Amino acid sequence: MAETKTKAPSTSKGKKSGAKKADPLETHGISEELALDLMRDMLLYRRFEEKAEEAYAIGKIGGFCHLHIGQEAAAAGSIKPLRADDYVTSAYREHTQAIAKGISPKAVMAELYGRADGASGGKGGSMHLFSAECRFMGGHGIVGGQVPLATGIAWKIRYRGEDALSLVFMGDAAVNQGAFHESLNMAAIWKLPVIYVVENNAYGMGTAFSRVSTTEMVEKSSAHGIPGHSVDGQDVLETYAFFRDLAEEVRNGAGPQYVDLRTYRFRGHSMSDPVSGTYRSTDEVENAKHEQDPIALLRDTLMMAGALDESTLEEMDEEAREAATEAVDFAEASPQPGPDALYRNVWAEINEHGRLFFDGRPEAPGPGGGA
Amino acid sequence: MAVMTYRDALNEALREEMERDPDVFLMGEEVAEYDGAYKVSKGLLDDFGEQRVVDSPISELGFTGLGVGAAMAGLRPVIEFMTFNFAFLAIDQVINSAAKMHYMSDGQFRMPIVFRGPTGAALQLSAQHSQACETYYSHAPGCKVVTPGTPADAKGLLKAAIRDDDPVAFMEGELLYNFKGEVPEDDDFVIPLGVADLKREGGDVSIITHGKMINLALQAAQKLEKDGIEADVLDLRTIRPLDMDAILETVQKTNRAVYLEEGWPYAGTGAQIVSMIQEEAFDHLDAPLLRVTQADIPMPYAKNLEALAKPSVQHVVEAVNKVLYR
Repeated sequence: MAETKTKAPSTSKGKKSGAKKADPLETHGISEELALDLMRDMLLYRRFEEKAEEAYAIGKIGGFCHLHIGQEAAAAGSIKPLRADDYVTSAYREHTQAIAKGISPKAVMAELYGRADGASGGKGGSMHLFSAECRFMGGHGIVGGQVPLATGIAWKIRYRGEDALSLVFMGDAAVNQGAFHESLNMAAIWKLPVIYVVENNAYGMGTAFSRVSTTEMVEKSSAHGIPGHSVDGQDVLETYAFFRDLAEEVRNGAGPQYVDLRTYRFRGHSMSDPVSGTYRSTDEVENAKHEQDPIALLRDTLMMAGALDESTLEEMDEEAREAATEAVDFAEASPQPGPDALYRNVWAEINEHGRLFFDGRPEAPGPGGGA
Repeated sequence: MAVMTYRDALNEALREEMERDPDVFLMGEEVAEYDGAYKVSKGLLDDFGEQRVVDSPISELGFTGLGVGAAMAGLRPVIEFMTFNFAFLAIDQVINSAAKMHYMSDGQFRMPIVFRGPTGAALQLSAQHSQACETYYSHAPGCKVVTPGTPADAKGLLKAAIRDDDPVAFMEGELLYNFKGEVPEDDDFVIPLGVADLKREGGDVSIITHGKMINLALQAAQKLEKDGIEADVLDLRTIRPLDMDAILETVQKTNRAVYLEEGWPYAGTGAQIVSMIQEEAFDHLDAPLLRVTQADIPMPYAKNLEALAKPSVQHVVEAVNKVLYR
């Protein structure tokens, strides 16, 4: 079922064009140890999502479920360089981003299962993962709707004089929403510490970006005077180095930044969508899987640098599979939310007076109760 | 007690809460240098600076969402809509983000944010600038809705709304800003959300209403008094939370009620209230419950047509006579 073989294919395009190519680890200032960690992260994301895919297929996970398979480097490379006090906000293809920001795979899987131990207590599901503790600010389901929120989070950072930053992911379709442009404009006016990241997988659901825009993705911030950057989001080393440096610049007052993080999704838009569909060819997807698999690309790089051998990779992959299986076991064992959770946390404050619920059900909390 | 305008009462509430809590800031179109389109924020820029009194671009969706994100991260934003007519552009952020965040995150994020501005018709502003918007917000669990009709209520309720940890749509009346009334001088004068106010005590019939219609209801009650009819006039003040006990109390006393609101009838606030009264006080009713609303049309511009479209004292008097079978 896994499409990433753990053997180095001789056909891999890799980075073997020249005999004396510079060592990518050195070029990007990334240690072998860190590179191996990134490999572990990406393997975990891949195996986690494959488990989610299996669970969805047998009805253990419901609703909409958008997998990140193929985009692992975009998550690891952009989130791993951040600090714990930085904020990450995202859209609805966010399972692996939540894990990258520190939510345990168990809590993410339990949320997909709709269980009490899920990241959002089973109330949010696949599209609404949250962790106040990890500063993972959701998990939002309306295209572009999370972009103003992350702008407001950056506003708070500036308001309080903190040196954290706010990073927000959106899909490529979001740049055509008013919410995107309104946010960039405000961030520019107030020089907010925010990084807008388009995970550009070339399709907004089934619509190729080229069909809904006459300008290039990287240009979308130019009208607002915000620097636009283009990064190969399949290359985790390049992505990591880029975000490491960019985060530092933003912390030092560079103001808002915009990143076209080029990537590709190896699955359908959601689980209810075929892998290639009517909008892209099977060949296109197969070619991407063969040539742009972020895990295979890093494997080739590390093997060529002598930093990784096959048995070590096998071990790392086995660990990732175990962690994904443990996440599933945890989710299976976690109880469903109790009926008492139904009315809990609709309001932060149940006012002393007056009625807040109008369904006439006896279990709805009254004044002074509930919450 | 001091006599002041509704506008000044709101201004005082903002000022006092901003002095009390450095996390409170005001953002919206023209709130700072212009002193507010309706001068509600007059002088606040001078006193609190541009960090806390912030002119936004005309980007309702954007700055509303910015406020929601800031609230998630721990600030207490007051977002001003120049009027709630413009807030339709932002309603995704109010309903999908603000009202649901606490629940979706299972309580991890609070949403202490106030969305405020005038709602309802003024004079000859025609269809797009003349509408009562409260039901759009009261429809959504997670959102509280406050509609003060007097200067004292404006002050006490705005302070409560700012201190509340849930999103509050705070809906003012454009025609009320110059309206004067007595306001307690205590700078800790807070009216809890969810407490209705019996603005006039009668006994023959209940006129129940909210927002600026309270003034129309009181005028109607005066007129009815000349005919020997004494009306209870109950001002809900907050639509969610709703003081259902006060509604039941007046209905059980008078056994007849009219709901008066500025907005459209279909699925309006009155529809909700009369449904609940018949469910919970059916045996106390001596007549069908009636509603007085705006005509079920977009607001016309022509002065005479606008007057016909709006709910009037005469409409209220007629409805009261009907429930009294006169």
